[in-house]
This record gives sequence, C-alpha cells and structure tokens, in this order.
Amino acid sequence: MKYEAVIGLEVHAELLTESKIFCGCSTKFGSEPNTQVCPVCLGLPGTLPVLNKKVVEYAVRAGLALNCTIANFSKMDRKNYFYPDLPKAYQISQYDLPLCSNGYLEIEIDGQTKKIGIKRIHIEEDAGKLLHENTDGSLVDYNRAGVPLIEIVSEPDISTPEEAYQYLTKLKSILEYTEVSDCKMQEGSLRVDTNVSIRPVGSKELGTKIELKNLNSFKAVQKALEYEIKRQIKVLEESGTIIQETRRWNESKGITEPMRTKEEAHDYRYFPEPDLVPIVVTEEWKEEIRQSLPEMPHHKRERFISEYGLPEYDAKIITSSKKMADFFEKCVAEYYSPKTVSNWLMGEFSRLLNETGKEIDEVPVTPQMLVKLLKLIDNGVISGSIAKTVFEEMFGTGKEPEVIVEEKGLKQIANENELREIIKKVIDENPKSVEDYKNGKEKAMGFLVGQVMKATKGKANPQLTNQILKEELSK
Amino acid sequence: MELYSLTIHQLKEFLHKKEVSVLEVTRAYLERIKEVEPQIDALITITEEFALQRAKEADEKIKNGEAKDLTGIPVIIKDNISTEGIRTTCSSKMLENYVPPYNATVVERLLEEGAVILGKSNLDEFAMGSSTENSAFKTTKNPWDLSRVPGGSSGGSAAAVAADEAAFALGSDTGGSIRQPASLCGVVGMKPTYGLVSRYGLVAFASSLDQIGPFTKDVTDCAIVLNTIIGHDPMDSTSLKIDKPDYTSYLKEDIKGLKIGVAKEFFSTGIEKGVKETVQKAIKVFEDLGADIIDISIPYLEYALPAYYIIASAEASSNLARYDGIRYGHIAKNYEDLIDMYMTGRSEGFGKEVKRRIMLGTYALSSGYYDAYYKKALKVRTLIKNDFERAFEKCDVIVGPTSPTVAFKIGERTNDPLAMYLADIYTVSVNIAGLPGISLPCGLSDGLPVGLQVIGKHFDEGRIINVAYAFEQANKFNAKPQAIGGAR
Amino acid sequence: MAISKCEVEHVAKLARLKFSAEEIEEFTVQLSKILDYVNKLNELDTENVEPTAHIVPIHNVFREDEVKPSMDREKILINASYTENGCFKVPKIIE
Repeated sequence: MKYEAVIGLEVHAELLTESKIFCGCSTKFGSEPNTQVCPVCLGLPGTLPVLNKKVVEYAVRAGLALNCTIANFSKMDRKNYFYPDLPKAYQISQYDLPLCSNGYLEIEIDGQTKKIGIKRIHIEEDAGKLLHENTDGSLVDYNRAGVPLIEIVSEPDISTPEEAYQYLTKLKSILEYTEVSDCKMQEGSLRVDTNVSIRPVGSKELGTKIELKNLNSFKAVQKALEYEIKRQIKVLEESGTIIQETRRWNESKGITEPMRTKEEAHDYRYFPEPDLVPIVVTEEWKEEIRQSLPEMPHHKRERFISEYGLPEYDAKIITSSKKMADFFEKCVAEYYSPKTVSNWLMGEFSRLLNETGKEIDEVPVTPQMLVKLLKLIDNGVISGSIAKTVFEEMFGTGKEPEVIVEEKGLKQIANENELREIIKKVIDENPKSVEDYKNGKEKAMGFLVGQVMKATKGKANPQLTNQILKEELSK
Repeated sequence: MELYSLTIHQLKEFLHKKEVSVLEVTRAYLERIKEVEPQIDALITITEEFALQRAKEADEKIKNGEAKDLTGIPVIIKDNISTEGIRTTCSSKMLENYVPPYNATVVERLLEEGAVILGKSNLDEFAMGSSTENSAFKTTKNPWDLSRVPGGSSGGSAAAVAADEAAFALGSDTGGSIRQPASLCGVVGMKPTYGLVSRYGLVAFASSLDQIGPFTKDVTDCAIVLNTIIGHDPMDSTSLKIDKPDYTSYLKEDIKGLKIGVAKEFFSTGIEKGVKETVQKAIKVFEDLGADIIDISIPYLEYALPAYYIIASAEASSNLARYDGIRYGHIAKNYEDLIDMYMTGRSEGFGKEVKRRIMLGTYALSSGYYDAYYKKALKVRTLIKNDFERAFEKCDVIVGPTSPTVAFKIGERTNDPLAMYLADIYTVSVNIAGLPGISLPCGLSDGLPVGLQVIGKHFDEGRIINVAYAFEQANKFNAKPQAIGGAR
Repeated sequence: MAISKCEVEHVAKLARLKFSAEEIEEFTVQLSKILDYVNKLNELDTENVEPTAHIVPIHNVFREDEVKPSMDREKILINASYTENGCFKVPKIIE
C-alpha cells in the first residue's frame, strides 16, 4: 500500500519588542540570570499585567504578511499548568479568539507553487528558563518570562518533509522581512514543534498523530519527519498500531525516541483573563499597520531585477533572506557593481555561512568591509583569487581587508621588472611547455601562467602576467 | 473626648490648627491598640516604628503648610494589600513570612498624602470567608460582643475601626467583604464601582470581582478617603479613566424627590426579623426626607450567590496556583519529586476553606465542565447585570439590608460552608454587576448593629454618598460598642 | 452525590493539592452539597444569553513599548527559600 503523510507545524517566534509583553523589563538576550525581572513578570501576589501595544501591532503585521484575517475582536485567556519556569502557574495566551486566522503562505516545490494554510496566529508570554548544570537541583532564571511570543499554527496541508522545510524557510524569511522577529533558532527566538500522521493515499481519514520535539534546526525538522514517516509506515506494514505520543528527535543517532510520558493528561482549564481587557483592531488601525509593512520578498525580488539588473536567479537567492538583501543594498550603495556584489554574496559568502551555520548578521564582515575588498581587487592591489583568501580571514577574524593584505604580504606583484624576472625564470625551467606553446598548443600558456602564480603564491597580477609571458615567448 | 475616638474630619481640624501633633495622635492610637487588641485580635502586624517615623514626617508636612486631607491620619490596611517592607500574609501560613518589595497603588496614594500606617489587619485567609474565622493566625472578635464574629473577610479592618484602633481602614470586597463586616461591626464601609480604585497590589482572590474600599466612622470620612484612593492607574488595565469628582461635595442632606428603589428579593431568604424591621424603619426615614420609595424587582437575585461561587472560585483556583514556594511563600521540606513538592507545600500552606474553593474552581474550569459551570455562571452574570440596569431605569439608588443577620456566634457556622456562604446573599449581586455599594449602620437589633446597604449605578458613588449622608444626619445612630471600653 | 471520590482525587491532582483519605471523604460530601446548590443555575435557560467576562465594557488598554528598570536581583530573590548563583533553586528536573 502507498502512504501519504499529513504534517502540521507550530512555530513560536519571539517578537522584537524592547520590553516584555506585560511589563517594562527588557527583552535583551543573554543577560545575567534574574536581572531583567520585576514584581509583574515574577508574578508577585497583587501584581497585574498591562499589554504592550507593539506586541499587538507586530502580531497583526505578521498576520497581514501571511494573508490572515485580522480579528476585529480578540481577547486574552489563561492557560493553567504548573511548572517552575511559569511564575504565575498560568500562561497568558489566546484560546478561542486569536488575533489572526485563516492565512496562507506559498512555497515552491519542483517548480510548482503550493499554498500552505495558516490556521491561526496568537500572542502569548514566554516562560522562564531552567538551567540543569547543577547535580543537586535545577535553577530557574526568569529573564525570559514575559518575553512576547507569537505562535503560528499551520493547517495540515504539508505532505512531505521537503515541504515542511520550504514552509519553515519561507515563514522565517517573512518574519524577518516584517521585522517582527529575529528568528534566531540558537537563541531560542524561533522554536518549532511538528506533528505527523500517515494514511493510505486517497484516504480521507487522519491517522494517529505523533508530536515531535527537540528540533533545533529546519534540517532537523526535515530529517526527523523523514525518519518518523518511514517508522510509521514500517509499523503499519508490520500490522502494528501507532500509539499517540510525543517523540524526541535524537540528532546524533538520527532517530526519534518516545519521550517519557507524563502520567496525567493535560487539562489547561482555559478561561478569559480577567486582568486584561479585550483587543479591538479597527479597520483604521489595521490599515495603519498595513502601511507600515516593509517590502515583501517577491516585491523586493522584482525590484532587484529591474533596478539593479540582476538575473532572476541572483535576485531570488539574494532576497530569500532580508538580511542578505539589506547587506546587498548597503554594498551597492557604495560600490555600484550589483552583479559583482551578488556573485560574492552567492559564492564565497554563502559557502562560508553554510559551512559555519551562521546568519549574515552573526559574522563580523560588514558591507563596508566587503566593499573595501572589492575595491582592492579593482585597484589591482590584490588578485581575485587572493581576495578569496583575504575574505576567509575577514570572515573568521573580523579584520579589515587591507590589514590582512598588509600583515600577510598578499599585495599583488604589479611591478613589471620584478614580474619579468620571475617569468623569465619560469620559461627557463619549463622548456617543454615553451616548445609546446610555440608549436601552437594554446593550453601550454595556461600551464605557464599557473607556474607563475605558484612561484608568486598567487600574487602576480594576472593581466600583467599574460602580457609579459606573451612578450617573452615571442622573443 | 479621646483622640482615638475622633473621625478623620475632626482629627484633620485639630491637626491643621496645630492643636495636636501627628505624633501625639499616633501615640494615642498605638496606646489604644495595646489596650484593646488582646480582646479584639484585629491586627496581624503592628507597625509601631514605621508609624512613629511617618508621624514625624507628617508633622513636618503640616508645619510646612503642605497638609492634605489624610496627612497624619492613622490607618490600618487589610493584610492582603501589598506594603513594601511590611509583611503581607493574607492571613495564610502560605505567606506567613512574605515581605513584598513593592507597594500597592492605594498604599502609595495614602503614603503620598501623609497617612500614618499603624498596622495590617486580620482577614479570612486570602479573603475567603464571611467571619474572619478562616484566618490561619487568629479569630477577630466583634467589639459589640466578643463572643461573636466581626464578619468577613475584612473583619480585622471593620473591628479595628469599630474599636477605635484607627481613624479608618482599607479592606477589599469580592462578594461583600467590606460591606458585611461593616454592617456587623456598626461602621461605614464602601465597595466602589469595579474599576474605580486600582487593584494593583491587592492580592487577587477573584480578579473580576475584587475591589478595594474604605471603612470609616461616618459617611463624611468615607467621601474623604474615596477622594484619595480612586483614579486611573496605568498598572491596572481594568482601572478606568474618569474625571475625579470631589465626593465631599455630595455631603448634602437634601434628597427630596430622589427615587429610592426597594426590591422585595432583598427581604426574602433567611432574613432575621430584627434586621428586616430595622431596615424597614430606615426606609421610613427616607420617606420622611421626601424621597420617593419605588417598588422594584431583581428577579434573578437568588441566582447571584451560586453564580458568584462558581466565578469567584474559578478565578481563585487560577490566582492561587502561583503559590508553590519557589519564589516566595511556604515551601515543603520533605517531598519525593517536583509534583510532590507542589502538592505537599500547597496542602501545608493553605487552610481548609481556601482548598475547598480551589477544588470547586478547578472542577468548574476542568475539561467537560467549563460550559456547564463557568460559562453558565458568566451568562447568569449577564442576567443579573440586566436586572440591575432595568431597575435603575426606575430609580436612582436601591436600598436594603447588607446582611440577612446581625453578627453571629464564633464557631456557629464553621462546619457548614453553605450556611457561611449565605451571609453574602445580599452583597454578592453588587459585585457580580460591578456596582458601587455602601453599608452604614441604621440601628440595633438585640443590641447588635444592623447595616443598611445603598446600591448605586456604575460610578454613581456621589449619589450613594448623598443618600447615605442624608440618612446618617436624619437617623443619628450613635450607639457604641460596649464590649470594650468604647469611649466615642 | 454530585461529584465522586474519584473525581475529587483527580481535581486535587489538577490543583496540586494533597489530601488524606478522610479529607477526600469530607471534600466529596461538601463539594457535592455545594454543587447541588450551584446546580440551581440549571433552572435558567441561558441558551441565547451572552456571557459577561468583564463587567465594565472597555477595550484596548495598552502600555507603550518602553523599557523600565527591572528590580534589583537581591530584592527579586529575597523571599525565596532556596537560591543559588542568582537563580531560584528547585528539585532536580530531568527533561
């Protein structure tokens, strides 16, 4: 029998507000434990929440970018459960009246566009953090308690792990574009849960749903889903039954494992939060937020093609991340050679980002630094190939390109006499190739250039090398 | 005439004319507290040092001509209102050693005016109860008869004012917790409209019903205190932005032509004959003052109490979930694991009535029961709100008894939770509908005070004060509690 | 009985409360009595009645997104029984 998967994704994104959702504490990441805490976010007896207006605006912004219906009337609810990271023993969230619903985003699969439904987007507060380094107990840091979140729930329209990956990539790009979240998975500002069930192709009934946790990257989501779908198919083919459970992705083993199940079923006892009043988003407010929306990826892509003359392929890759697009525009503003910049971004830069798993704003290379590097090439100070070495050094250390060139003595040899001496030596040492060249074998020229480069550790000016070689060989 | 038996407006005059210093007044009250407290047990914490310090500062203010209405006036705060640096226990073992690092907004407002905090008063644990017997620390006695309860949950505040331990006190009212003890102790107590006084710093019992209000010796004082404690607070989303009226401008004796509604439903369930007669006499006083007495009806009134118990308990079950001992409060010493730490600590820290309400509330919100209980109760809330709206189309205020009985005996109802709940039968509907209500003494029945409740429209506190003041001036209730040396 | 012993035990667990066998008996009786009383609400037909969660009908009460100073950590931790390295301490949790 052939099976198909039904996949749902729940994404939590921390919003880029300055202060927390219900109090004035800072949302800055990475501070000393419990230094961004006040009576309100600590849930001291008698304290009350007051909603941060930006949180509503950011959620609506995300909703508009994801083609959602924005609720005219919305409210906050309490979700009750006990855990040490939850100071009030309830999370203020939204239950039956979320701010945004019924949206979608489009992904491209094998050149085809597919719509993935967004069921809802709601706002809520984050919990604190448990630290487990100690042996005799766990420690609680409430700096994160009260940081605003949006939860984005997809419709179960996703049917392959690849689609899930594309959905997440697109979603992240939109959230970055709208500037509502910085989407840093390693800092926990973007978190993904997924659930998956399988059913025979053509069947309308849904299979037993398995929830997957501990997904630390989009690739992990994809791999976990691939594994889990195979596992479920195997269970069914061996006439077993799939038990509803939560499974954990074990990255190192590449498998999903059952999580120790908590014996009691959750009963969150949702009810309307009496300490907060309803949220009414009027048409005027909604339009105001819509006006403030930054340029979306597809618009940006079209503009990059028309304004900078980029090929469609380049424009698509550069605009897939807002940070990359911003970097590109900053470079082009100082160095108007769009295609050169785009080649660098798609080439060396992307290669190193992929290798290190970092985001463009997490590495020390600034647009100004890249522009300086490109100018060094143009001015003949270094060659294009040396520039790659310099760039790698910039990427790793954050040093300015000219400093690296100076320190490592990478300056191009453009002195004619100096270079002619080296070339003469190369000609003397390679009589066979010289003869080949003179017999009309053009390839021999390339070999000789390579030998010159080798002798100069790549520092020879390529044009000059060609010119002098030809002169010397024709003698 | 003893200093401690004076009203705020009398004290204020003496202080502003510098006939007496705040320090003298404060010392007189602290002496009075030492004298009667062994009998009354109204207070959990006496803040003598803090009070004397504040008294000196208040004297400075008066000297510098910066005196305000409450400068130098001694006050007692219910122990579920957060006071920075002063233990705030909610009369619970759970918070026995909890010292808040912040002040409630009302406390800030009193301190800004220069009021002198003498101490924190006893209550039913987390304000759940109608007799102050549910305190984990002590049972407060009614100054009129020491074998009787002062009412609750703000029984400590009511008894303290009745026994002249402070010029006024603050309490909180979720289902009658200011008005009912005021009634049983023969003082004036007001629950303002929901949203008039900031709840920031009031330890939540039932967030959609809780409201802070004053206990005073007369209606004039009530207006004075109200002037200070009301007003929008950006820290409380449910506090309203309204123009601040001067409530003392409503202290007028004329109520001619005013329409006073009387609902038969307020004279039905379990009302004592003496209470009924005393309140009926009070209605006669209004008639004599030229008011129009209008028959009205609140048909759904009998459903207010069951709806109240569902709503209040449900909210309480959530509000009290935070007490796990991790950040503050009682923590279990011996436990097996995390869940057991929660269960053991909470069971040790909470008293019976609190647990009962948490259980009821948890049940009412739990999966499968939400619609049948919580949602149902919220719908009944709509019906009761509509009842009052219709009634107020015909009248300006509604009057009736505050409590169906006078103060009952200590221990009389402790084993029957339902009988205890019935003490709130005439007060809860006002919280359900978010309306303002005052209780003021209108006479005695068997030597014990009977309270008259005046209920007004939303934010119509001014009218309530007008009606209550007119009645007070005409009725001249001047009996004093005799169980203690009550010189007044 | 409007509520069974078993339900009382379940609710106690949900509420993180622990009771002795006698207390469970007692609560079952008392809660049943209270529930019988509140079941009075079922006399009313509320089919077409909107629930009232907030008695004063206001909406859109917000604060601006401005950072205010947090509280000194010392004050934050002062009421806790167990602390370590600027954190609150709880029994070891294995996730």
